[in-house]
Amino acid sequence: MKVMETELAIVGGGPAGMSAAITASKLGIKSVIIDENPSLGGQLVKQTHKFFGSYRHLAGVRGVEIAERLAAQIHEDPNVDVMTHSTVIGFYDEGILAVYRKFPKEEIIPLSPKTVIFATGARENMLAFPGNDLPGVYGAGAVQTLMNVYGVLPGERILMVGSGNIGLIVAYQLLQAGSKVVAIVEILDKIGGYIVHASKVRRYGVPILTRHTVLEVKGDEKVESAVIVKVDERFRPIKGTEKEIKVDTVCLAVGLSPIINLVWQAGVEIAYIPELGGHVPWHDEEMRTNVPNVFVAGDLAGIEEATTAMIEGDLAAISAAEFLGKASPELIESLRKESHRKLEELRMTQFSEKVKIGIKKLKNWRRELTK
Amino acid sequence: MRRLKDHPILDFDRGEKVTFYFEGQPIEGYTNETIAAALHAAGIKVLSYSPKKRRPRGFFCAVGKCSSCLVIVDGRPNVRACMEFVRPGIHVKRQHGWVKPKGAEK
Repeated sequence: MKVMETELAIVGGGPAGMSAAITASKLGIKSVIIDENPSLGGQLVKQTHKFFGSYRHLAGVRGVEIAERLAAQIHEDPNVDVMTHSTVIGFYDEGILAVYRKFPKEEIIPLSPKTVIFATGARENMLAFPGNDLPGVYGAGAVQTLMNVYGVLPGERILMVGSGNIGLIVAYQLLQAGSKVVAIVEILDKIGGYIVHASKVRRYGVPILTRHTVLEVKGDEKVESAVIVKVDERFRPIKGTEKEIKVDTVCLAVGLSPIINLVWQAGVEIAYIPELGGHVPWHDEEMRTNVPNVFVAGDLAGIEEATTAMIEGDLAAISAAEFLGKASPELIESLRKESHRKLEELRMTQFSEKVKIGIKKLKNWRRELTK
Repeated sequence: MRRLKDHPILDFDRGEKVTFYFEGQPIEGYTNETIAAALHAAGIKVLSYSPKKRRPRGFFCAVGKCSSCLVIVDGRPNVRACMEFVRPGIHVKRQHGWVKPKGAEK
């Protein structure tokens, strides 16, 4: 089997990975970007809402358009090789990545990169309740994929669990597509996401029930109803407040967890930081890990959002360039400064407080480890 | 369940309309749809049965991460219905529990 060589392998073609490829190319690095989907874009391809925030290039642009722009730029870039339909199935000794490629021909390609940026993203969280495995209990991302990528309505009557931005946005998209969102339940005593998103669904008459959760989902072979219940201040269900509602779909928007399998195989230390989504690879502000030629970016490094993921991708590429000796220390420093300024700007809202705490914890965690 | 016709923001490039088979029944799908999406549009949500208790399972994540939608495609087991695209004439079956692929060690 012929081993393929490259200066940089980027695992994951979402916002973080795409941004890393573009920045790496500008610094003269030849890279291969690997993604298991038929096209680049990651989860951006299903985000039909307009981005806000202060990242001035992207405010007001829909996620799906951002994906198309970045993908087009990458396909034209002679420094970037794109491997879609390809899954990295393992990180082996001597830093060999095994790539299972499905198209144009089914094969396994051993890839030997000088540096690796992992941008493997996140997976959706599940909630524990009876019936949570019934067909019709879907992750909010799954609902978006079905509806916004494939144009198939996920269901007619929906219960949304979770009122963070994803829960609110997906509820609104379901309404736009013609579903009825019967209710949104939120276990906390206030709505989690932006008020502008909450207002949109409230204008459709959708109740947002705070201090409520889903107790059970019932049905024969598929979801037919859901029992919701009020909870007390310690999140325990209050007896007598159960209510059974007829729904065919229960949509869970209860957070994401980083996909750490590969980065863990690569020898990166794993920390448990709830504020960043649970188990995360240890990394510093420049997205370096404890393995000198391995870098991380995006949701893998801590659950946040697409614009911050892109800047983390830039930072990871800059660190790869530093490792490969592709840029002068002065250039590295000025590029880093610029990226950190953008990150700071993006993390100014109250919604970033949690992430900031998580990043601080990660720093302390490292200090304790090295003591 | 149904396919969306008019969407306020999106146009869907569904590809070519083709027929494939699910549990022997002909199903209409499109080449740019995954098996899971085409079956969902046809009202079919149960894609597999769980390994121990044989509980019905559909997809959960729809992006290849949860392995709750494993089906058998043209005799090949452990295919994720949410990642495999519709091709004309393929035969798709529900997978009942864990199935070892041909040639795997016993």
